[in-house]
Amino acid sequence: MNVPSDLKYTESHEWVKLSKDKATATVGLTDFAQEELTDIVYLDLPKVGDEIEAGTECAVVESVKAASDIYAPLSGQVTEVNQAALDDPAVVNEDAFGKGWLFKMKLADPAEIEELLSDSDYEEILSEKESQDEDEEEEK
Amino acid sequence: MDYIPNTEADLSAMLREIGVASFDELVAAIPASLRQFKMELPAAMSESELQRELGAMAARNTPLDALTSFLGAGAYEHFIPSAIDHLVSRGELYTAYTPYQAEASQGTLQLLYEYQSLICALTGMDVSNASLYDGGTTVGESAYLALNAHPKRNRIVISSAVHPEYRQILKTYTAGMDVQIVELPTRDGLTDLDALAATVNENTAAVLLQSPNFFGCIEPMQRAGEMIKSKGAWFVAVVNPISLGVIKPPGEYGADLAIGEGQPLGIPVAYGGPYVGFLTSSKQLIHKISGRIVGRSVDTEGREAFCLTLQAREQHIRREKATSNICSNQSLMALRTAIFLSLLGKRGMREIAELNLRRSHQAAGAISRVPGFALKFPRAPFFNEFVVTCPAPAQTICDRLERDGILAGLPLGRFDAAMERDLLVCVTETKSTANIERLAEALGRAASQKV
Repeated sequence: MNVPSDLKYTESHEWVKLSKDKATATVGLTDFAQEELTDIVYLDLPKVGDEIEAGTECAVVESVKAASDIYAPLSGQVTEVNQAALDDPAVVNEDAFGKGWLFKMKLADPAEIEELLSDSDYEEILSEKESQDEDEEEEK
Repeated sequence: MDYIPNTEADLSAMLREIGVASFDELVAAIPASLRQFKMELPAAMSESELQRELGAMAARNTPLDALTSFLGAGAYEHFIPSAIDHLVSRGELYTAYTPYQAEASQGTLQLLYEYQSLICALTGMDVSNASLYDGGTTVGESAYLALNAHPKRNRIVISSAVHPEYRQILKTYTAGMDVQIVELPTRDGLTDLDALAATVNENTAAVLLQSPNFFGCIEPMQRAGEMIKSKGAWFVAVVNPISLGVIKPPGEYGADLAIGEGQPLGIPVAYGGPYVGFLTSSKQLIHKISGRIVGRSVDTEGREAFCLTLQAREQHIRREKATSNICSNQSLMALRTAIFLSLLGKRGMREIAELNLRRSHQAAGAISRVPGFALKFPRAPFFNEFVVTCPAPAQTICDRLERDGILAGLPLGRFDAAMERDLLVCVTETKSTANIERLAEALGRAASQKV
Protein backbone atom coordinates (compact mmCIF):
# COMPACT_ATOMS: atom_id res chain seq x y z
CA MET A 1 0.00 0.00 0.00
CA ASN A 2 1.25 3.42 -0.99
CA VAL A 3 1.72 5.72 2.07
CA PRO A 4 3.94 8.73 1.23
CA SER A 5 6.22 9.77 4.08
CA ASP A 6 5.83 13.54 3.57
CA LEU A 7 2.14 13.49 4.54
CA LYS A 8 0.13 13.33 7.77
CA TYR A 9 -2.90 11.05 8.17
CA THR A 10 -6.14 10.47 10.07
CA GLU A 11 -7.74 7.26 11.25
CA SER A 12 -10.66 8.03 8.94
CA HIS A 13 -8.29 7.79 5.94
CA GLU A 14 -7.75 11.43 5.01
CA TRP A 15 -4.25 12.68 4.19
CA VAL A 16 -2.91 16.16 4.97
CA LYS A 17 -0.05 17.95 3.28
CA LEU A 18 1.17 20.91 5.33
CA SER A 19 2.75 23.99 3.81
CA LYS A 20 6.28 24.81 4.93
CA ASP A 21 5.09 27.48 7.39
CA LYS A 22 2.36 25.08 8.61
CA ALA A 23 -0.29 27.77 8.08
CA THR A 24 -2.15 25.98 5.30
CA ALA A 25 -2.86 22.39 4.31
CA THR A 26 -4.05 20.33 1.37
CA VAL A 27 -6.47 17.52 2.19
CA GLY A 28 -7.25 14.34 0.27
CA LEU A 29 -8.39 10.76 0.55
CA THR A 30 -5.78 8.01 0.98
CA ASP A 31 -5.00 5.40 -1.62
CA PHE A 32 -6.37 2.77 0.76
CA ALA A 33 -9.69 4.66 1.03
CA GLN A 34 -10.13 5.06 -2.72
CA GLU A 35 -9.42 1.38 -3.25
CA GLU A 36 -11.95 0.34 -0.60
CA LEU A 37 -14.59 2.68 -2.06
CA THR A 38 -14.04 1.44 -5.63
CA ASP A 39 -15.07 3.70 -8.54
CA ILE A 40 -15.83 7.18 -7.20
CA VAL A 41 -18.66 8.86 -9.09
CA TYR A 42 -19.50 11.98 -7.13
CA LEU A 43 -17.93 14.39 -4.66
CA ASP A 44 -19.77 16.85 -2.46
CA LEU A 45 -17.02 19.20 -1.26
CA PRO A 46 -17.23 22.17 1.12
CA LYS A 47 -17.38 25.66 -0.38
CA VAL A 48 -14.54 28.15 -0.38
CA GLY A 49 -14.94 30.23 2.76
CA ASP A 50 -16.62 27.48 4.81
CA GLU A 51 -15.37 27.15 8.38
CA ILE A 52 -14.73 23.50 9.18
CA GLU A 53 -13.97 21.86 12.48
CA ALA A 54 -11.54 19.00 13.06
CA GLY A 55 -13.23 15.62 13.34
CA THR A 56 -16.57 16.72 11.89
CA GLU A 57 -18.08 15.78 8.53
CA CYS A 58 -17.19 18.28 5.85
CA ALA A 59 -17.63 16.40 2.55
CA VAL A 60 -19.25 13.34 1.02
CA VAL A 61 -17.77 10.92 -1.46
CA GLU A 62 -19.99 8.59 -3.42
CA SER A 63 -18.77 5.50 -5.19
CA VAL A 64 -20.71 2.93 -7.14
CA LYS A 65 -21.05 0.92 -3.94
CA ALA A 66 -21.25 3.38 -1.06
CA ALA A 67 -21.60 6.93 0.16
CA SER A 68 -19.02 7.95 2.77
CA ASP A 69 -18.37 11.03 4.82
CA ILE A 70 -15.05 12.81 4.81
CA TYR A 71 -13.99 14.32 8.13
CA ALA A 72 -12.08 17.55 8.47
CA PRO A 73 -8.59 16.55 9.69
CA LEU A 74 -7.97 20.04 11.08
CA SER A 75 -10.00 23.13 11.94
CA GLY A 76 -9.94 26.18 9.74
CA GLN A 77 -11.28 27.86 6.64
CA VAL A 78 -11.56 26.28 3.20
CA THR A 79 -9.52 28.32 0.70
CA GLU A 80 -9.75 26.24 -2.48
CA VAL A 81 -11.55 23.15 -3.77
CA ASN A 82 -10.37 20.85 -6.54
CA GLN A 83 -12.65 21.71 -9.44
CA ALA A 84 -11.02 19.06 -11.64
CA ALA A 85 -11.98 16.37 -9.11
CA LEU A 86 -15.55 17.72 -8.93
CA ASP A 87 -15.78 17.53 -12.71
CA ASP A 88 -14.26 14.06 -12.91
CA PRO A 89 -14.19 12.26 -9.54
CA ALA A 90 -12.33 9.31 -11.12
CA VAL A 91 -9.15 11.36 -10.65
CA VAL A 92 -9.34 10.45 -6.93
CA ASN A 93 -9.09 6.77 -7.88
CA GLU A 94 -6.28 7.41 -10.34
CA ASP A 95 -4.09 9.69 -8.26
CA ALA A 96 -5.34 9.91 -4.68
CA PHE A 97 -2.19 11.61 -3.32
CA GLY A 98 -1.70 13.94 -6.28
CA LYS A 99 -4.24 15.25 -8.78
CA GLY A 100 -7.02 13.75 -6.68
CA TRP A 101 -6.63 16.20 -3.75
CA LEU A 102 -9.95 17.49 -2.42
CA PHE A 103 -9.53 20.92 -0.82
CA LYS A 104 -7.06 23.34 0.68
CA MET A 105 -7.50 25.10 3.99
CA LYS A 106 -6.06 27.76 6.26
CA LEU A 107 -5.42 26.35 9.73
CA ALA A 108 -7.15 27.87 12.75
CA ASP A 109 -5.05 26.05 15.33
CA PRO A 110 -1.62 24.67 14.25
CA ALA A 111 -1.43 22.77 17.58
CA GLU A 112 -3.94 20.30 16.10
CA ILE A 113 -1.21 19.03 13.79
CA GLU A 114 0.14 17.08 16.74
CA GLU A 115 -3.05 15.01 16.76
CA LEU A 116 -2.49 13.74 13.22
CA LEU A 117 -0.87 10.39 12.45
CA SER A 118 2.57 10.00 10.91
CA ASP A 119 3.02 7.76 7.88
CA SER A 120 4.32 4.93 10.06
CA ASP A 121 1.37 5.26 12.50
CA TYR A 122 -1.01 5.11 9.57
CA GLU A 123 0.75 2.15 8.01
CA GLU A 124 0.42 0.33 11.32
CA ILE A 125 -3.36 0.96 11.28
CA LEU A 126 -3.55 -0.39 7.76
CA SER A 127 -1.59 -3.53 8.59
CA GLU A 128 -3.78 -4.15 11.66
CA LYS A 129 -6.80 -3.77 9.43
CA GLU A 130 -5.36 -6.19 6.93
CA SER A 131 -4.72 -8.87 9.55
CA GLN A 132 -8.23 -8.35 10.92
CA ASP A 133 -9.65 -8.83 7.44
CA GLU A 134 -7.62 -12.00 7.06
CA ASP A 135 -8.98 -13.32 10.36
CA GLU A 136 -12.49 -12.63 9.17
CA GLU A 137 -11.77 -14.42 5.94
CA GLU A 138 -10.58 -17.46 7.88
CA GLU A 139 -13.69 -17.46 10.05
CA LYS A 140 -15.80 -17.63 6.94
CA MET B 1 -52.06 -13.60 -6.08
CA ASP B 2 -54.03 -16.72 -5.21
CA TYR B 3 -55.26 -17.33 -1.70
CA ILE B 4 -54.72 -21.00 -0.87
CA PRO B 5 -56.16 -21.96 2.50
CA ASN B 6 -54.75 -24.84 4.53
CA THR B 7 -56.78 -28.07 4.49
CA GLU B 8 -57.53 -30.08 7.62
CA ALA B 9 -54.85 -32.53 6.47
CA ASP B 10 -52.30 -29.65 6.12
CA LEU B 11 -53.14 -28.43 9.60
CA SER B 12 -52.81 -31.81 11.29
CA ALA B 13 -49.56 -32.50 9.42
CA MET B 14 -48.11 -29.20 10.66
CA LEU B 15 -49.30 -29.73 14.23
CA ARG B 16 -47.81 -33.25 14.20
CA GLU B 17 -44.50 -31.86 12.95
CA ILE B 18 -44.40 -29.22 15.71
CA GLY B 19 -45.39 -31.83 18.26
CA VAL B 20 -48.66 -30.43 19.64
CA ALA B 21 -52.07 -32.07 19.58
CA SER B 22 -54.20 -29.10 18.59
CA PHE B 23 -54.13 -25.45 17.56
CA ASP B 24 -55.37 -24.46 21.03
CA GLU B 25 -52.42 -26.24 22.57
CA LEU B 26 -50.09 -24.37 20.21
CA VAL B 27 -51.36 -20.99 21.43
CA ALA B 28 -51.80 -22.01 25.05
CA ALA B 29 -49.03 -19.58 26.08
CA ILE B 30 -51.31 -16.66 25.22
CA PRO B 31 -53.47 -15.76 28.27
CA ALA B 32 -56.97 -17.23 27.98
CA SER B 33 -58.59 -13.79 28.36
CA LEU B 34 -56.91 -12.66 25.16
CA ARG B 35 -57.92 -15.80 23.30
CA GLN B 36 -61.63 -15.36 24.05
CA PHE B 37 -61.98 -12.71 21.37
CA LYS B 38 -65.19 -13.24 19.47
CA MET B 39 -66.44 -11.27 16.52
CA GLU B 40 -70.15 -10.48 16.47
CA LEU B 41 -70.78 -11.40 12.86
CA PRO B 42 -74.11 -12.16 11.26
CA ALA B 43 -74.69 -15.57 9.71
CA ALA B 44 -72.91 -16.25 6.43
CA MET B 45 -74.70 -15.32 3.18
CA SER B 46 -74.66 -16.83 -0.26
CA GLU B 47 -72.77 -14.94 -2.97
CA SER B 48 -75.95 -13.64 -4.58
CA GLU B 49 -77.39 -12.48 -1.25
CA LEU B 50 -74.11 -10.75 -0.46
CA GLN B 51 -74.03 -8.99 -3.83
CA ARG B 52 -77.55 -7.65 -3.24
CA GLU B 53 -76.70 -6.49 0.28
CA LEU B 54 -73.48 -4.72 -0.73
CA GLY B 55 -75.12 -3.30 -3.85
CA ALA B 56 -77.86 -1.77 -1.70
CA MET B 57 -75.25 -0.26 0.64
CA ALA B 58 -73.23 1.13 -2.26
CA ALA B 59 -76.38 2.65 -3.77
CA ARG B 60 -76.66 4.90 -0.72
CA ASN B 61 -73.54 6.74 -1.96
CA THR B 62 -73.94 9.43 -4.57
CA PRO B 63 -71.17 9.00 -7.12
CA LEU B 64 -69.58 12.15 -8.50
CA ASP B 65 -70.79 11.51 -12.04
CA ALA B 66 -74.43 11.55 -10.86
CA LEU B 67 -73.95 15.19 -9.83
CA THR B 68 -72.73 18.32 -11.54
CA SER B 69 -69.63 19.13 -9.52
CA PHE B 70 -67.74 22.41 -9.30
CA LEU B 71 -65.48 21.07 -6.55
CA GLY B 72 -61.72 21.37 -6.97
CA ALA B 73 -59.37 22.45 -4.18
CA GLY B 74 -56.70 19.85 -4.83
CA ALA B 75 -58.72 17.07 -6.51
CA TYR B 76 -59.92 17.79 -10.02
CA GLU B 77 -62.48 16.19 -12.30
CA HIS B 78 -61.04 15.80 -15.79
CA PHE B 79 -61.81 13.62 -18.77
CA ILE B 80 -60.12 10.21 -18.44
CA PRO B 81 -59.56 8.36 -21.74
CA SER B 82 -60.84 4.78 -21.36
CA ALA B 83 -57.55 3.46 -22.78
CA ILE B 84 -55.97 4.20 -19.40
CA ASP B 85 -58.12 1.69 -17.49
CA HIS B 86 -57.60 -0.94 -20.18
CA LEU B 87 -53.83 -0.56 -20.25
CA VAL B 88 -53.17 -0.37 -16.52
CA SER B 89 -55.33 -3.42 -15.82
CA ARG B 90 -53.05 -5.65 -17.90
CA GLY B 91 -51.62 -8.26 -15.54
CA GLU B 92 -47.97 -7.48 -16.15
CA LEU B 93 -48.51 -3.83 -15.27
CA TYR B 94 -51.07 -4.22 -12.51
CA THR B 95 -48.98 -6.51 -10.32
CA ALA B 96 -45.41 -5.37 -11.04
CA TYR B 97 -43.55 -5.06 -7.77
CA THR B 98 -40.56 -3.02 -6.59
CA PRO B 99 -38.04 -3.19 -9.45
CA TYR B 100 -34.90 -3.87 -7.40
CA GLN B 101 -33.92 -6.70 -9.72
CA ALA B 102 -33.32 -4.75 -12.88
CA GLU B 103 -32.84 -7.87 -14.98
CA ALA B 104 -36.37 -9.02 -14.12
CA SER B 105 -38.09 -5.62 -14.20
CA GLN B 106 -37.21 -3.92 -17.48
CA GLY B 107 -40.86 -3.24 -18.34
CA THR B 108 -41.67 -1.53 -15.05
CA LEU B 109 -38.42 0.40 -15.10
CA GLN B 110 -38.97 1.63 -18.64
CA LEU B 111 -42.49 2.81 -17.80
CA LEU B 112 -41.21 4.78 -14.82
CA TYR B 113 -38.43 6.21 -16.97
CA GLU B 114 -41.05 7.35 -19.49
CA TYR B 115 -43.10 8.83 -16.64
CA GLN B 116 -40.07 10.79 -15.42
CA SER B 117 -39.30 12.03 -18.93
CA LEU B 118 -42.89 13.20 -19.48
CA ILE B 119 -43.04 14.97 -16.11
CA CYS B 120 -39.73 16.70 -16.87
CA ALA B 121 -41.04 17.82 -20.26
CA LEU B 122 -44.21 19.16 -18.64
CA THR B 123 -42.52 21.04 -15.77
CA GLY B 124 -39.41 22.09 -17.68
CA MET B 125 -37.27 20.69 -14.86
CA ASP B 126 -34.06 18.60 -15.19
CA VAL B 127 -34.86 15.62 -12.97
CA SER B 128 -37.99 13.82 -11.79
CA ASN B 129 -38.16 11.03 -9.26
CA ALA B 130 -40.30 7.97 -10.01
CA SER B 131 -43.23 9.56 -8.07
CA LEU B 132 -44.32 9.84 -4.44
CA TYR B 133 -47.63 9.08 -2.71
CA ASP B 134 -49.56 12.30 -3.31
CA GLY B 135 -49.28 16.07 -3.54
CA GLY B 136 -49.11 16.51 0.24
CA THR B 137 -46.19 14.09 0.52
CA THR B 138 -44.24 16.10 -2.04
CA VAL B 139 -44.60 19.21 0.13
CA GLY B 140 -43.18 17.43 3.18
CA GLU B 141 -40.43 15.73 1.18
CA SER B 142 -39.37 18.93 -0.53
CA ALA B 143 -38.96 20.55 2.90
CA TYR B 144 -36.71 17.67 4.02
CA LEU B 145 -34.76 17.95 0.79
CA ALA B 146 -34.29 21.71 1.18
CA LEU B 147 -33.12 21.34 4.77
CA ASN B 148 -30.75 18.52 3.81
CA ALA B 149 -29.27 20.61 1.00
CA HIS B 150 -28.93 23.63 3.33
CA PRO B 151 -27.72 21.97 6.53
CA LYS B 152 -26.99 25.24 8.32
CA ARG B 153 -30.44 26.77 7.74
CA ASN B 154 -33.61 25.89 9.63
CA ARG B 155 -36.38 28.18 8.44
CA ILE B 156 -39.03 27.09 5.94
CA VAL B 157 -41.27 29.82 4.58
CA ILE B 158 -44.62 28.86 3.07
CA SER B 159 -47.37 31.04 1.67
CA SER B 160 -50.73 30.86 3.44
CA ALA B 161 -52.16 30.61 -0.08
CA VAL B 162 -50.74 27.07 -0.30
CA HIS B 163 -53.46 24.42 0.20
CA PRO B 164 -54.27 24.33 3.96
CA GLU B 165 -53.94 20.54 4.05
CA TYR B 166 -50.47 20.71 2.47
CA ARG B 167 -49.46 23.24 5.12
CA GLN B 168 -50.76 20.89 7.79
CA ILE B 169 -48.72 18.03 6.33
CA LEU B 170 -45.62 20.23 6.34
CA LYS B 171 -46.15 20.88 10.06
CA THR B 172 -46.60 17.18 10.72
CA TYR B 173 -43.47 16.32 8.75
CA THR B 174 -41.34 18.83 10.64
CA ALA B 175 -42.84 18.27 14.11
CA GLY B 176 -40.10 17.66 16.67
CA MET B 177 -37.38 18.96 14.37
CA ASP B 178 -35.41 22.12 14.99
CA VAL B 179 -37.25 23.84 12.15
CA GLN B 180 -39.15 27.08 12.10
CA ILE B 181 -42.17 27.23 9.74
CA VAL B 182 -43.20 30.77 8.82
CA GLU B 183 -46.41 31.44 6.91
CA LEU B 184 -46.72 34.44 4.61
CA PRO B 185 -49.92 36.50 4.50
CA THR B 186 -51.84 37.16 1.30
CA ARG B 187 -53.13 40.34 -0.26
CA ASP B 188 -55.99 40.25 -2.79
CA GLY B 189 -55.65 36.49 -3.21
CA LEU B 190 -51.92 36.54 -3.85
CA THR B 191 -48.91 36.00 -1.58
CA ASP B 192 -47.76 39.31 -0.11
CA LEU B 193 -44.37 39.86 -1.74
CA ASP B 194 -43.40 42.61 0.72
CA ALA B 195 -43.89 40.12 3.53
CA LEU B 196 -41.88 37.62 1.50
CA ALA B 197 -38.97 40.05 1.19
CA ALA B 198 -39.12 40.79 4.92
CA THR B 199 -39.28 37.12 5.96
CA VAL B 200 -36.78 35.35 3.75
CA ASN B 201 -33.35 35.62 5.30
CA GLU B 202 -29.95 33.89 5.34
CA ASN B 203 -31.43 31.25 7.62
CA THR B 204 -34.21 30.31 5.18
CA ALA B 205 -33.70 26.90 3.56
CA ALA B 206 -36.71 27.08 1.24
CA VAL B 207 -39.77 29.06 0.26
CA LEU B 208 -42.87 27.20 -0.94
CA LEU B 209 -45.38 28.93 -3.18
CA GLN B 210 -48.32 27.38 -5.01
CA SER B 211 -49.47 28.57 -8.42
CA PRO B 212 -52.33 28.53 -9.17
CA ASN B 213 -52.66 28.89 -5.42
CA PHE B 214 -55.39 27.51 -3.14
CA PHE B 215 -57.70 30.39 -4.18
CA GLY B 216 -57.05 29.62 -7.84
CA CYS B 217 -54.95 32.76 -8.37
CA ILE B 218 -51.78 32.66 -10.46
CA GLU B 219 -48.85 33.93 -8.38
CA PRO B 220 -46.09 36.19 -9.78
CA MET B 221 -43.62 33.28 -9.63
CA GLN B 222 -40.84 34.94 -11.61
CA ARG B 223 -40.59 37.95 -9.28
CA ALA B 224 -41.05 35.89 -6.14
CA GLY B 225 -38.35 33.49 -7.34
CA GLU B 226 -35.83 36.28 -7.83
CA MET B 227 -36.45 37.51 -4.27
CA ILE B 228 -36.12 33.99 -2.86
CA LYS B 229 -32.94 33.15 -4.73
CA SER B 230 -31.28 36.44 -3.79
CA LYS B 231 -31.14 35.04 -0.24
CA GLY B 232 -29.83 31.68 -1.42
CA ALA B 233 -32.98 29.79 -0.38
CA TRP B 234 -34.43 27.00 -2.51
CA PHE B 235 -37.52 28.02 -4.45
CA VAL B 236 -40.21 25.33 -4.34
CA ALA B 237 -43.13 25.68 -6.77
CA VAL B 238 -46.30 23.67 -6.08
CA VAL B 239 -48.11 23.45 -9.41
CA ASN B 240 -51.21 21.99 -11.01
CA PRO B 241 -49.91 19.88 -13.92
CA ILE B 242 -52.91 20.59 -16.19
CA SER B 243 -52.28 24.33 -15.85
CA LEU B 244 -48.81 23.89 -17.39
CA GLY B 245 -50.49 23.53 -20.78
CA VAL B 246 -50.89 27.32 -20.75
CA ILE B 247 -48.93 28.69 -17.80
CA LYS B 248 -45.16 29.13 -17.91
CA PRO B 249 -43.59 25.97 -16.42
CA PRO B 250 -41.48 26.16 -13.23
CA GLY B 251 -38.30 25.27 -15.13
CA GLU B 252 -38.64 28.55 -17.01
CA TYR B 253 -39.02 30.79 -13.97
CA GLY B 254 -36.10 29.33 -12.05
CA ALA B 255 -37.77 27.01 -9.54
CA ASP B 256 -35.31 24.68 -7.80
CA LEU B 257 -38.07 22.18 -7.11
CA ALA B 258 -41.42 21.76 -8.86
CA ILE B 259 -43.84 19.49 -7.07
CA GLY B 260 -47.52 18.72 -6.84
CA GLU B 261 -50.48 16.42 -7.09
CA GLY B 262 -50.57 14.28 -10.23
CA GLN B 263 -54.23 13.27 -9.84
CA PRO B 264 -55.51 15.63 -12.57
CA LEU B 265 -53.52 13.57 -15.10
CA GLY B 266 -55.84 10.62 -15.62
CA ILE B 267 -56.67 9.57 -12.06
CA PRO B 268 -60.29 9.65 -10.88
CA VAL B 269 -61.33 11.87 -7.99
CA ALA B 270 -61.60 9.50 -5.02
CA TYR B 271 -61.95 10.02 -1.30
CA GLY B 272 -58.63 8.82 0.13
CA GLY B 273 -56.92 8.19 -3.20
CA PRO B 274 -54.87 6.51 -4.48
CA TYR B 275 -53.30 9.61 -5.98
CA VAL B 276 -49.72 10.30 -7.03
CA GLY B 277 -47.21 13.03 -6.17
CA PHE B 278 -44.62 14.32 -8.61
CA LEU B 279 -41.32 15.76 -7.40
CA THR B 280 -38.85 17.33 -9.80
CA SER B 281 -35.70 19.37 -9.29
CA SER B 282 -32.92 21.20 -11.04
CA LYS B 283 -29.78 19.20 -11.77
CA GLN B 284 -28.07 20.92 -8.85
CA LEU B 285 -30.16 18.92 -6.36
CA ILE B 286 -29.93 15.54 -8.08
CA HIS B 287 -27.81 14.00 -5.30
CA LYS B 288 -30.31 15.12 -2.65
CA ILE B 289 -33.64 14.43 -4.34
CA SER B 290 -35.95 12.10 -2.41
CA GLY B 291 -37.42 8.84 -3.63
CA ARG B 292 -36.20 6.54 -6.34
CA ILE B 293 -35.02 7.47 -9.81
CA VAL B 294 -34.91 5.23 -12.86
CA GLY B 295 -32.03 5.79 -15.27
CA ARG B 296 -31.29 4.63 -18.79
CA SER B 297 -28.07 2.71 -19.22
CA VAL B 298 -26.63 -0.17 -21.24
CA ASP B 299 -26.28 -3.82 -20.24
CA THR B 300 -23.10 -5.91 -20.50
CA GLU B 301 -23.77 -6.43 -24.19
CA GLY B 302 -24.28 -2.76 -24.89
CA ARG B 303 -28.05 -2.92 -25.28
CA GLU B 304 -30.31 -0.22 -23.85
CA ALA B 305 -31.34 -1.11 -20.30
CA PHE B 306 -33.04 0.62 -17.38
CA CYS B 307 -32.10 0.52 -13.71
CA LEU B 308 -32.62 2.33 -10.43
CA THR B 309 -29.91 4.95 -10.27
CA LEU B 310 -28.16 7.40 -7.92
CA GLN B 311 -29.13 5.14 -5.05
CA ALA B 312 -26.41 6.53 -2.81
CA ARG B 313 -29.05 9.18 -1.91
CA GLU B 314 -31.36 6.60 -0.50
CA GLN B 315 -31.75 5.31 3.02
CA HIS B 316 -30.62 1.75 2.32
CA ILE B 317 -27.18 3.17 1.44
CA ARG B 318 -26.88 6.57 3.07
CA ARG B 319 -28.78 5.46 6.17
CA GLU B 320 -29.56 8.27 8.59
CA LYS B 321 -28.16 10.90 6.24
CA ALA B 322 -30.61 10.12 3.45
CA THR B 323 -32.99 12.93 2.51
CA SER B 324 -36.03 10.73 2.75
CA ASN B 325 -37.17 7.48 4.30
CA ILE B 326 -39.31 6.81 1.24
CA CYS B 327 -37.79 4.09 -0.92
CA SER B 328 -41.01 3.36 -2.75
CA ASN B 329 -43.24 5.12 -5.22
CA GLN B 330 -46.78 5.10 -6.58
CA SER B 331 -46.09 3.05 -9.70
CA LEU B 332 -49.57 2.26 -10.94
CA MET B 333 -50.80 5.83 -10.59
CA ALA B 334 -47.58 7.14 -12.16
CA LEU B 335 -48.31 4.80 -15.05
CA ARG B 336 -51.81 6.29 -15.41
CA THR B 337 -50.34 9.78 -15.66
CA ALA B 338 -47.74 8.60 -18.19
CA ILE B 339 -50.46 7.10 -20.37
CA PHE B 340 -52.61 10.22 -19.98
CA LEU B 341 -49.75 12.50 -21.04
CA SER B 342 -48.83 10.21 -23.95
CA LEU B 343 -52.40 10.13 -25.23
CA LEU B 344 -52.84 13.88 -25.03
CA GLY B 345 -49.42 14.89 -26.25
CA LYS B 346 -48.06 18.42 -26.21
CA ARG B 347 -50.92 19.85 -28.29
CA GLY B 348 -53.57 17.99 -26.33
CA MET B 349 -52.21 19.37 -23.05
CA ARG B 350 -52.38 22.86 -24.46
CA GLU B 351 -55.94 22.35 -25.70
CA ILE B 352 -57.22 20.91 -22.43
CA ALA B 353 -55.60 23.75 -20.48
CA GLU B 354 -57.11 26.36 -22.80
CA LEU B 355 -60.51 24.75 -22.42
CA ASN B 356 -60.21 24.92 -18.62
CA LEU B 357 -59.19 28.55 -18.83
CA ARG B 358 -62.08 29.43 -21.16
CA ARG B 359 -64.80 27.57 -19.24
CA SER B 360 -63.74 28.90 -15.84
CA HIS B 361 -63.67 32.49 -17.09
CA GLN B 362 -67.06 31.97 -18.72
CA ALA B 363 -68.40 30.70 -15.38
CA ALA B 364 -66.78 33.51 -13.40
CA GLY B 365 -68.50 36.00 -15.71
CA ALA B 366 -71.88 34.26 -15.45
CA ILE B 367 -71.73 34.00 -11.63
CA SER B 368 -70.65 37.60 -11.11
CA ARG B 369 -73.70 38.72 -13.12
CA VAL B 370 -75.98 36.99 -10.58
CA PRO B 371 -77.23 39.64 -8.11
CA GLY B 372 -75.45 39.37 -4.77
CA PHE B 373 -72.47 37.34 -6.06
CA ALA B 374 -69.04 38.77 -6.84
CA LEU B 375 -65.53 37.56 -7.52
CA LYS B 376 -63.52 37.97 -4.31
CA PHE B 377 -60.22 38.65 -6.09
CA PRO B 378 -61.28 40.34 -9.36
CA ARG B 379 -57.77 41.60 -10.19
CA ALA B 380 -55.87 38.34 -9.77
CA PRO B 381 -55.39 36.14 -12.84
CA PHE B 382 -56.76 32.61 -12.44
CA PHE B 383 -56.71 29.26 -14.22
CA ASN B 384 -59.66 26.92 -13.53
CA GLU B 385 -60.64 27.96 -10.01
CA PHE B 386 -61.79 31.18 -8.40
CA VAL B 387 -63.36 32.46 -5.17
CA VAL B 388 -66.89 33.85 -5.19
CA THR B 389 -68.32 35.90 -2.32
CA CYS B 390 -71.96 34.94 -1.73
CA PRO B 391 -74.83 37.01 -0.30
CA ALA B 392 -75.34 34.32 2.40
CA PRO B 393 -73.06 31.80 4.14
CA ALA B 394 -71.50 29.70 1.37
CA GLN B 395 -72.39 26.48 3.20
CA THR B 396 -76.09 27.43 3.13
CA ILE B 397 -75.93 28.17 -0.59
CA CYS B 398 -74.17 24.84 -1.23
CA ASP B 399 -76.74 22.87 0.78
CA ARG B 400 -79.52 24.38 -1.31
CA LEU B 401 -77.81 23.57 -4.62
CA GLU B 402 -77.03 20.04 -3.52
CA ARG B 403 -80.76 19.32 -3.47
CA ASP B 404 -80.75 20.12 -7.21
CA GLY B 405 -77.83 17.75 -7.82
CA ILE B 406 -75.19 20.50 -8.03
CA LEU B 407 -72.02 20.66 -5.94
CA ALA B 408 -71.42 24.40 -6.16
CA GLY B 409 -67.89 24.36 -4.77
CA LEU B 410 -65.99 24.35 -1.50
CA PRO B 411 -67.18 26.75 1.25
CA LEU B 412 -64.01 28.29 2.68
CA GLY B 413 -65.40 29.02 6.16
CA ARG B 414 -64.04 25.67 7.37
CA PHE B 415 -60.48 26.94 6.85
CA ASP B 416 -60.99 30.56 7.91
CA ALA B 417 -64.04 31.89 9.78
CA ALA B 418 -63.58 35.26 8.06
CA MET B 419 -64.29 33.55 4.73
CA GLU B 420 -67.72 32.20 5.74
CA ARG B 421 -69.36 33.73 2.68
CA ASP B 422 -66.64 32.65 0.28
CA LEU B 423 -66.98 29.75 -2.09
CA LEU B 424 -64.12 28.18 -4.08
CA VAL B 425 -65.51 27.22 -7.49
CA CYS B 426 -63.67 25.01 -9.98
CA VAL B 427 -64.65 24.69 -13.65
CA THR B 428 -62.78 22.19 -15.78
CA GLU B 429 -63.26 21.09 -19.38
CA THR B 430 -65.84 18.57 -18.11
CA LYS B 431 -68.40 21.37 -17.66
CA SER B 432 -70.50 22.49 -20.60
CA THR B 433 -71.98 25.92 -21.23
CA ALA B 434 -75.34 24.43 -20.19
CA ASN B 435 -73.83 23.25 -16.88
CA ILE B 436 -72.47 26.73 -16.25
CA GLU B 437 -75.80 28.42 -17.02
CA ARG B 438 -77.57 25.97 -14.73
CA LEU B 439 -75.13 26.77 -11.91
CA ALA B 440 -75.68 30.52 -12.29
CA GLU B 441 -79.46 30.11 -12.30
CA ALA B 442 -79.37 27.83 -9.26
CA LEU B 443 -77.16 30.30 -7.37
CA GLY B 444 -79.63 33.07 -8.13
CA ARG B 445 -82.54 30.97 -6.86
CA ALA B 446 -80.63 29.89 -3.73
CA ALA B 447 -79.76 33.48 -2.84
CA SER B 448 -83.37 34.68 -3.13
CA GLN B 449 -84.76 31.71 -1.17
CA LYS B 450 -86.12 32.53 2.27
CA VAL B 451 -84.73 30.37 5.05
